[in-house]
Amino acid sequence: MIPSIRQPRALSLAYRAYVTLFFVYLALPLLVVSVFAFNDSLFPSLPWKGFTWAWFFGDQHPRIGVFHQEPILRALGNSGFIAFFVSLLSVAVGTSNAFLFNRYSFPLRNLLYVLMLMPLVIPGIVLGISILVFSSTMANGLEDSFGWDIGGLRPGLMLVILGQFSFITTIVTLVVSARLQKFDRSLEEAALNLGASPLTAIRTITLPFLLPALVGGFGVAFLMSFENFNTTLMLVGSDAPLTIAMFDRLKEGSTPLLNAVSLLLMLGSSALALVMISFQRKS
Amino acid sequence: MRAGNKLALILLLTPLLLWIGLLIIIPHIDMFLVSIRERVGVGKYQISLANYWTFLGEPLYLVTFARTAIMSVLATVLTLIIGFPVAFFIAKIAKGRLQSSLFLLCLVPFWVSELVRTFGWMILLRETGLISNLLQWLGLVDGPVELLYNDVAMIVGLVYTSMLFMVVPLVTTLESLDDSIIEAGYDLGGSTVSITREIIIPHAMPGIVSGSIVVFMLSLGNYLTPTMLGGKDSLWFTELIYSQFIVRFNWELGAAFGFMLLILSSAIIWLLLKLTGQTLEKTMT
Amino acid sequence: MTRDTPGSADLECLALCKQFDAFTAVDHVSFAVPSGSFFSILGPSGCGKTTIMRMIAGFLEPSSGDIRIKSKSVLDVPPNKRPVNMVFQHLALFPMMNIADNIGYGLRRQGMAKPEIGRKVDEALERIGLPGIGKRKVDELSGGQKQRVAIARCLVLEPDVLLLDEPLGALDLKLREHMKVELKALQAAFGTTFVYITHDQSEALVMSDQIAVMNHGRFEQVGSGRELYYRPETAFVAGFVGDSNRWKGRVTRAESGLLQITTQAGLQVTGADHGRGLATGDQAELFVRPEAIRISRQAEDLSHLENRMSGQVTTLLFNGADSRAILEPQTGGDPIEVALPQSGEYADLKRGDVLHFAWAGDQANAFAVNDQAAPSLEAQ
Repeated sequence: MIPSIRQPRALSLAYRAYVTLFFVYLALPLLVVSVFAFNDSLFPSLPWKGFTWAWFFGDQHPRIGVFHQEPILRALGNSGFIAFFVSLLSVAVGTSNAFLFNRYSFPLRNLLYVLMLMPLVIPGIVLGISILVFSSTMANGLEDSFGWDIGGLRPGLMLVILGQFSFITTIVTLVVSARLQKFDRSLEEAALNLGASPLTAIRTITLPFLLPALVGGFGVAFLMSFENFNTTLMLVGSDAPLTIAMFDRLKEGSTPLLNAVSLLLMLGSSALALVMISFQRKS
Repeated sequence: MRAGNKLALILLLTPLLLWIGLLIIIPHIDMFLVSIRERVGVGKYQISLANYWTFLGEPLYLVTFARTAIMSVLATVLTLIIGFPVAFFIAKIAKGRLQSSLFLLCLVPFWVSELVRTFGWMILLRETGLISNLLQWLGLVDGPVELLYNDVAMIVGLVYTSMLFMVVPLVTTLESLDDSIIEAGYDLGGSTVSITREIIIPHAMPGIVSGSIVVFMLSLGNYLTPTMLGGKDSLWFTELIYSQFIVRFNWELGAAFGFMLLILSSAIIWLLLKLTGQTLEKTMT
Repeated sequence: MTRDTPGSADLECLALCKQFDAFTAVDHVSFAVPSGSFFSILGPSGCGKTTIMRMIAGFLEPSSGDIRIKSKSVLDVPPNKRPVNMVFQHLALFPMMNIADNIGYGLRRQGMAKPEIGRKVDEALERIGLPGIGKRKVDELSGGQKQRVAIARCLVLEPDVLLLDEPLGALDLKLREHMKVELKALQAAFGTTFVYITHDQSEALVMSDQIAVMNHGRFEQVGSGRELYYRPETAFVAGFVGDSNRWKGRVTRAESGLLQITTQAGLQVTGADHGRGLATGDQAELFVRPEAIRISRQAEDLSHLENRMSGQVTTLLFNGADSRAILEPQTGGDPIEVALPQSGEYADLKRGDVLHFAWAGDQANAFAVNDQAAPSLEAQ
């Protein structure tokens, strides 16, 4: 219980032990993944055969490191490409949605709001197949009627971006809305009173206030896109993003190479998260 | 000003309608249409419920469907039970730096891909894994034990993977509970148990519901964890959908499966909202 | 409600101390609250009054000292078992319950039967003048109604002592004035011992039988409102309770308790030390209440008073019954605030008018300036 309520010592010790155990549970899988990235063995498991950097920098078969693995690097590039565009799109649409629901009343507003939340309660894989089915219906229809073959409607990068965008936008909308709700509209009125046009007021007053949420939303969208699996799985074409590429390798059997990739991923996303947090602190 | 307002409204409404319409509503309608057609010849289809009859007539499908539902509920309940005390600790007991660093620590595992997390559990649980070795070293078992590829491993993975989505909303709602409310409960003679039941849990209900919905959704729609950690017998419904779409190329049946999964998730979420008297809008914002 | 014989103490604190690391929040505070009385602790924020209250309620452990309720130490009794209840600063009504469940909460904890609880809750609602609101939600009530519910929630448990932690702070001025009267009436009706903490002197003065003025973790003085107001024992009390004109200066003559003081601005004034034993040459601080200063348009009207001066009106502060004027003494020195009598004879007073004013020497309280070690409670 809260500190002002005295509890029997044994109880509060047990509670602390439980919380500690919980964090061990959280850290353990990530810790073993990281440690075995340096195991000089073909398998990411005991026994420990000594320390090596080979799974990062090695170029001798069978120990070819991450930085010499063409397919992995390409998949990483695909992931970055997808994540960037998903984040950009969802921040743009999410911000527009936030303004819409925050400032306007219009017919069917409540219905649209619930629809906006829907992607959160649709299983990711269903989202994936529905978009897959619809885009191929479209592609087939266009090909039959006009003879157009639009590659973007076949499984591939474009569909992956659309699929991830379809649910990440909801999350970005909620992130931006939360901040916009805290905005004191009299600040905008003051700007108008001091001679700014409505658009200038938004650009010079409201958007700077929203900036932490926009950056935060971008970061969250980037991370979610980067690690998405279920929706992506159904929409992926030949240019697989990293999670799918790793999944395919993992099915064939794991080598410490996967640990090395994982460790780099952890470092990358932690760095991104830290940048986001420090940015949020500053503003 | 009025006309400008109208224009702004239209400009803001357009992306929303395009997104919801083209990526959510129409694809689901199309998926439904695909699920109710039956191939009667090459390139020839007719409307029928045959795919749904197939689903209802095959015990493997039905059992997998029910198993997925029950196991997802179980994973959700476990996540709640495990996460609640931790969320309470972070929100109400830890103060200052400890509080913010514990909260951050909770987030860390989720900055990395679910694949990496699952991979971590594989390294821990497999026959040659760390825990098997530890048990042998302790003399608790004679030879290597396979802890992977069973329902327990799968539940461990599901709970782990969704923990963040339970802890964060719980911490947020619990933080908004004023300490003096809890103190007032004690002052008026309440015990820890009665205060937890009558004050803390009712207050945390929106967080509990929103966390549960998200965790349940993530478990139900999960493909990776059941595939990698679950055994041959622990088939997950998403695996059926995947195999119909990608392996057998039977999109009609796959779409029907997808629709069944959607109905299942909507039904359980609706039930949860009704039972707790919450609304989707309230819990998700 | 059974009460002990009047005069016996419901609550006693003995040499109570609370240390937070190097900071002493409460420093050897001792007091006793007689059964059925209204006791206030008055002090500026940060003086340690909330700490005392939380120690009595059981949410903080004293570093040393003892707390006794009905002569039994309660240090080992957890808060949910102590026979004291508390009205929290922001009331802490349970938003997840309706009003009846809020009031019945403690009774349910005691395991009372349902119909009995229902009857007691209705009775309590009746007594606080809000019958029939049991089914309402907390946020449907007004500030004053919430207040009364929070008090009723405690009083149904018939506690030995009711603690109130600045419960009127959040109310607006009019309502606060009204609640002061109401609280006093509730206390009289229930006959429960109230311990009330506040930084608002008027709340303390209006309601309390006894007031402790607290500063820097110590009690400066304990007494009735009248005693604190007219016979402050320390400079802090004199300055904190009520308004005063104050001067710093040096004692130039001391004779059987009456002092002649030369202020820093050179004013010659007389004051009384009321047994504090100031001597010639001491640095002193002198307090004179605005209403202790008599004013007149004719100098001879005031000839019987020791301190006679005249001054020009620089500011008029009209405030109905509490109107004042600020005068600039013609001999120089700090401006002096005086109360204007309500008889109407000064209704036509203007800026720039010259008034004669004076006060009796024993109406001016003098304190030694190095009087840091204010008389502690042991002296009581």
